[in-house]
Amino acid sequence: MFVTSAFAEESAPAAEGAAGAGAETHAGTEVPGEAHGTFPPFDPATFPSQLLWLAITFGLFYLFLKRVVMPRLGGIIDVRNDRITQDLDHAARLKGEADAAVAAYEQELAEAKSRANAIGQQAGDAAKAEAEAVRKKVEAELDKKLGAAEASIASIKANAMKEVGTIAEDTASAIVEALVGGKASKAEIAAAVKSVAR
Amino acid sequence: MAADKVDPIHQFHIVKLIPINIGGYDLSFTNSALFMVATVAVASAFLYLTTASRSLVPGRLQSVSEMAYEFVSNMLRDSAGTQGLKFFPFVFSLFMFVLVANLLGLFPYFFTVTSHIIVTFGLAALVIGTVVVYGFGKHGLGFLKLFVPHGVPVFLLPLVVLIEVISFVSRPVSLSVRLFANMLAGHITLKVFSGFVVSLSALGAVGIAGSVLPLAMAVALTALELLVAFLQAYVFAVLTCMYLNDALHPGH
Repeated sequence: MFVTSAFAEESAPAAEGAAGAGAETHAGTEVPGEAHGTFPPFDPATFPSQLLWLAITFGLFYLFLKRVVMPRLGGIIDVRNDRITQDLDHAARLKGEADAAVAAYEQELAEAKSRANAIGQQAGDAAKAEAEAVRKKVEAELDKKLGAAEASIASIKANAMKEVGTIAEDTASAIVEALVGGKASKAEIAAAVKSVAR
Repeated sequence: MAADKVDPIHQFHIVKLIPINIGGYDLSFTNSALFMVATVAVASAFLYLTTASRSLVPGRLQSVSEMAYEFVSNMLRDSAGTQGLKFFPFVFSLFMFVLVANLLGLFPYFFTVTSHIIVTFGLAALVIGTVVVYGFGKHGLGFLKLFVPHGVPVFLLPLVVLIEVISFVSRPVSLSVRLFANMLAGHITLKVFSGFVVSLSALGAVGIAGSVLPLAMAVALTALELLVAFLQAYVFAVLTCMYLNDALHPGH
């Protein structure tokens, strides 16, 4: 920016003279135009000092980072990673324990269930057997009572039949006596009654 | 003149603070040296103090330090493999130094160390010097395989080797000029737009109204420069990693 403005100022007189003279004036104005000489980043006069101080500061920085900061940072990160792996292991172990406990619990539950089933079955069987026995006993008793009753009915019936025969014989002898007059033998009457009753 | 007041080049001037002259060389402690010291002090203090508690669960600032550490570590491992980790302190120092120097340079009235070509060239020469010394030390003459790529027809070989040599030699130049030019151009642009604000607002009410535009531009440029400051530190570190990879594995 500076050079161009300086050049613009000087270009009018330069145009009057020869081309070579113009170049000379231009070259001449460049140096006083920049009070501090060349463009600062390209000024070789500052190079040794900057290089020296760069070497000193960067060297110290490098040593400080290598000796102090990086071991510490690396340590922090390693410790954290170790801790994370440790915690993950711990968590995995706990999970395994929990799984085992669940499995044991389920197994016990299954065993208890089967035991309960067996007990229930047994109790059911026993109850059934008892009920069967009782039923049989009651049936037997009933059968006995029925038999006794039938027997008593049969004896009563037989008695009654027998009585019926006697009554009939008596009645027949009485009728025979009244009608015929005479006595019929007992055996004849009995045989007659028997044949009629048949 | 207005141009004198807002000379965009003025910010790059070297001022001797403590003149030192040894053996005819001017080794003065300048504002540039002061800001190198400041860069190193700020970066060291930040990294040292934020990690002082060594918390298992890091706070915000400790996370920043750890992020920078792991960022550079991953960058180096990605481009140079696990063997490259022996250069980790070097790359980390370079990255932090360039980053903090760039960021410090964004403060008004601060000197930007990385806007001087000799500083960036010094760092680039350090990188290439490390590559060359380590490459020859580790592989001997095998390091020269770097210039002979695989699978190139024999008649093309001289041309390819010439190109490879030129590209290798231009590395320190491109590495240093990239950083230097970015910082220089960014700071000049910032200064020019800020200068517009000052010059325009001297013109009265209309000028003040008109100066809003360059002011907004200066704000936007500051954000851009913040990005550039980080990006250039990253680029410098990444290229360093890739060059170091050549020193470690010259066969490619």
